[in-house]
Amino acid sequence: MRRRRAALEKKYTEDHEWIDISSPESASIGISTYAAKALGDVVYVELPTVDTEVNKGDAIGAVESVKSASDIMTPVGGTIIEVNSVLEEKPGTINKSPEGDGWLAKIKVTDTTELEGLMDAEAYRAFTEEVEDK
Amino acid sequence: MPLSYPSLSHPASHAWTRTKASLFDVGHMVQYHISGPGAEGFLERITPMGVRELGTGEGGLSVLLRAGGGGVVDDCLVTRLEGEGEEGLFYLVANAGCREKDYKFLCEEVEKWVGSGGAEVRVRHLQDRGKAYGLLALQGPLAGEILGEALARECRVDLKTWYFGRAKHITLKLATGESLPIVASRGGYTGEDGFELSVHPSQTLAVAEALLESAGKERLQLAGLGARDSLRLEAGMCLYGHDLDEDTTPVEASLSWIIPKRRRTLQGSEGRFNGAETIIPQLTPKSKGGAGVSKRRVGLVVEGAPAREGAEVVDEAGGAVGKVTSGCPSPTLGKNIAMAYVKDGLHKIGTSLQVVVRGKKRRAVVTKMPFVPSRYWKGGATPG
Repeated sequence: MRRRRAALEKKYTEDHEWIDISSPESASIGISTYAAKALGDVVYVELPTVDTEVNKGDAIGAVESVKSASDIMTPVGGTIIEVNSVLEEKPGTINKSPEGDGWLAKIKVTDTTELEGLMDAEAYRAFTEEVEDK
Repeated sequence: MPLSYPSLSHPASHAWTRTKASLFDVGHMVQYHISGPGAEGFLERITPMGVRELGTGEGGLSVLLRAGGGGVVDDCLVTRLEGEGEEGLFYLVANAGCREKDYKFLCEEVEKWVGSGGAEVRVRHLQDRGKAYGLLALQGPLAGEILGEALARECRVDLKTWYFGRAKHITLKLATGESLPIVASRGGYTGEDGFELSVHPSQTLAVAEALLESAGKERLQLAGLGARDSLRLEAGMCLYGHDLDEDTTPVEASLSWIIPKRRRTLQGSEGRFNGAETIIPQLTPKSKGGAGVSKRRVGLVVEGAPAREGAEVVDEAGGAVGKVTSGCPSPTLGKNIAMAYVKDGLHKIGTSLQVVVRGKKRRAVVTKMPFVPSRYWKGGATPG
């Protein structure tokens, strides 16, 4: 059975990462549908190491197409508690489901106030449209 | 040319070129005609090529060289289109990114050539009323059959004996029923069999459409810069500005093979190419009394993450020994491939090195190029 992704509450960064803020003890992080499309076919994913402590904005991994590599920055500080190892074997999962099965890592958020500065889905959509217009 | 076309993603287009055929619009490349009684001698001054030995229609890869240091101004394709001996018509194709620089270089070199008593030479950018000639690259194992079907009935060219590196005057049939004479060279930048078609600016679109239509979309698709870059890297070919530049000589770039035996001498002042006094001593290693080189271009296969341009190459002890100049995950091999310049001595096939990607060292092994075997049409087997 598929879990209902629509129930997740996500916030986005200007670097096109998302974070599920419904459970800050174990918040999923990934790249947005917009970013996955712009990147093209993902052929390699570098995941962070579990138990790593990170600060907001740190590079915690990378997604790569044949053409280019993009760092993934964590939207908030915390400790990496789980990584999506499926992506090592099937990096294309990021293209198929960037905001669902293609999550990268789960983080235990240190300071939940850091979540407040992020964009909600609507603000992010407006942001990407603005980027497109430029 | 876009990175890719909507019909195929970059990796799909790459794989398509290796199994079927792709059409690349490479009209951004700069095409020249070089002619006059001094043309042959002039080309032997600015390139290390054996231009004298080129028969009609014969050509190949070479480089434009800076006088003195022998740095590579640009890499290029040189073909003798007409004429035997000194008075010939030569066709030169160079990089778009070097357009202004090459033009200035060619003008200055012509001036020097004539100034030092060289016979007249004319350099003409191939264009008509301000519009540059088009260049279409038809590449892939089906390229031969596709071109064969697009030839006009009166065109008697034999594809079986038209070998890699040769240029021919051919006549294409257009959708309108008209025949169009063009110049085509067998070769390209993908490692596959293929052709580069030089077309009058008013006819480039018609030729592209005729090829796409006659081949059909199950055999021929448009391909973009993304596929072009990953295909050439698999084929071990340099991209100017990345794997080659003015601080690099052909020997350092592992392109010594483009310098034929006749041109490897400093005896007599006649017929030396620009930078010969630097380049020729480099051809002999230090251990054998020559100057050798301190860095060399090599191929690498990198474990784990793909290494990209700028990544540092380190030895087992962690000391810096070079830099990656191009790299990507190879769609054909499923491995990460790269070109790098490494310290002389570490360039031997099988040498174990490391490349730093995102702060982590990844194992890299010096690997023979091309990474993917080339399939140029050199005769012998039957096409298909």
